[in-house]
Amino acid sequence: MLRVIGKRIALLIPTLLGLSVLLFLWVRSLPGGPATALLGDRATPEAVARINELYGFNRPLIEQYFIYMGKLLQGDFGTSLLTGRPVLEEFTTRFPATVELAIVALVFAVGLGIPLGYWAARHYGRWPDHSSVVLSLVGITVPVFFLAFILKWLFAIQLPLLPTDGRQNPRIDATHVTDFYVLDGLLTREWDAAWDAFLHLILPGIALGTIPLAIIVRITRASVLEVQNADYVRTARAKGLLERTIRNRFILRNAMLPVTTTIGLQLGLLISGAVLTETVFAFSGIGRFLRDAIFNLDYPVLQGFIIFIAILYSLINLVVDVTYSLIDPRVRVQ
Amino acid sequence: MTTTLPPAGGPTAPSPNPEAPETAGTSLFRDAFHRLRRNPQAIAGAVIVALFLLVAVLAPVLAPYGGEELPGRTSITPTHIPGPGEAPGFVLGLDRFGGDLLSKLIWGAQASLLIGIISTAMGLVGGMLLGILAGGFGGWVDNVIMRVVDILLSVPNLLLAVSIAAVLGQGPYAVMIAIGVAQVPIFARLLRSSMLSQRSADYVLAARTLGLSKGTITMNHVLPNSVGPVIVQATLTLATAVIDAAALSFLGLGGGRPQTAEWGRMLTYAQNELGIAPQLAFFPGICIAITALGFTLLGESLREALDPKSRQK
Repeated sequence: MLRVIGKRIALLIPTLLGLSVLLFLWVRSLPGGPATALLGDRATPEAVARINELYGFNRPLIEQYFIYMGKLLQGDFGTSLLTGRPVLEEFTTRFPATVELAIVALVFAVGLGIPLGYWAARHYGRWPDHSSVVLSLVGITVPVFFLAFILKWLFAIQLPLLPTDGRQNPRIDATHVTDFYVLDGLLTREWDAAWDAFLHLILPGIALGTIPLAIIVRITRASVLEVQNADYVRTARAKGLLERTIRNRFILRNAMLPVTTTIGLQLGLLISGAVLTETVFAFSGIGRFLRDAIFNLDYPVLQGFIIFIAILYSLINLVVDVTYSLIDPRVRVQ
Repeated sequence: MTTTLPPAGGPTAPSPNPEAPETAGTSLFRDAFHRLRRNPQAIAGAVIVALFLLVAVLAPVLAPYGGEELPGRTSITPTHIPGPGEAPGFVLGLDRFGGDLLSKLIWGAQASLLIGIISTAMGLVGGMLLGILAGGFGGWVDNVIMRVVDILLSVPNLLLAVSIAAVLGQGPYAVMIAIGVAQVPIFARLLRSSMLSQRSADYVLAARTLGLSKGTITMNHVLPNSVGPVIVQATLTLATAVIDAAALSFLGLGGGRPQTAEWGRMLTYAQNELGIAPQLAFFPGICIAITALGFTLLGESLREALDPKSRQK
């Protein structure tokens, strides 16, 4: 097991190295080069030359790459052109917000998706099945940002029940320890702050969680359909086991294998979705910051964030694979 | 037996003898086509797609106004935007700039479908080329291509498209290329694995025994048998491409003028009017969703028709 994990991590290194080369070349191919991106409207030829000299953009590419890698390895991802703060710092202060959002979205998607998918499969060919198939199709095809609009319109304009902007009501005087606002509220026993932060997560969480929900419903349904007629389920039933035991120990356990992988794969989708969801809900996580960075061609931020996200994404995939082999001994043998 | 054909289009009574007698020589694709025609899901998808394609192609005829025209500039105030039926001559009302919403939706269909189809075609061609190289040659070629594909797949798809669009500058072509390039690794990997699974098939062995060259075997035998999943994926990708195109313009990478008729762009500007004119967000959003639904339905029925395993269900 450990050897497999080690091998996978070792395989990650060339991928990330390759990505760093691509990103390095990407910055150098930005329109007008990095100096123009850096200066924006103030890009006079003299200023561009000065910046090129200062940042070493006029040195040979290979040399530039090694300087850049050297800095990366020391954790120096440069500074944001927009805020002037280190990219690493920008990421770490905003990351908790997105993690909170992603957790709510995933809990929504998994908590609703698995029971719905199971229910649909058990009523195969009848209305629960048909309606969940249709609902999941709709869930996949509605764009995240449009869904966000609908939710915002429904809950902010038609029936103002839930907050639609930001992470917390600015009038609440909350102490922040970890930048996870809900957790902060719980740690400092400021219950109203925690509750308010949680309410702010509901609508963006639902918007972000809908596509994963739809996908989880479909995979669970298909997977339960496949498992529920297996010989071992028939045997279990013939033995007279309780229906609950059959469901939990025989059907669900086996049907959950593809679902686990799917949930893992959704995390990449969540990051892309966060860019759109956070923009609509003015939620200041990495998604919204990325959007601002795209808009202003804040390339150190884009570069850094893409590397962080790629590392995260690959690690998540690794964890999914390991979990998979833990649940299913058959995978381990191969 | 074929003399007593049931009345055309009778899904209520599944006839024991399908319209085409299944002879020994039917190809996989002809087979699939017959199955598709009997699948209501496929029909629904095809109708939706055909309808939107028709609207897109006939936009110059169908749309009452041009895509960037602002015929109702004088009828809008900062606090009031006429909705459906509220302004004579504008069926669905006006938008923030004074454009006719219906016309913009129609021209938007053209823009969105064009971006979706061209970008998917680019992704498909690029991905298939890489896939054939990797799957056909194997060895170090395969290794190099697949490592690059792995790198590209380590970045979430939309983010990859966004980064590419950033390099190309803003504009519809940038969006097209960005989405297309971001799809290349997906198609490449799919075709390669599909080709690898065919490699040890009996017919490949037979072809090799006959002394056919490696190139002939790859192009004439393995490729046609591996392309099924890629076609399915391409149909499904059309849905994603339309949504992603809208997302990129929503994020402001589409370039052009604010009043440009493009569904994603229309949503960007609808954002500020949600309180007074929710229809501005509603209509383009529904259009994106329905187009994506059409391609998804079509793609999934195609998958069912081509995949013998899912057929039995």
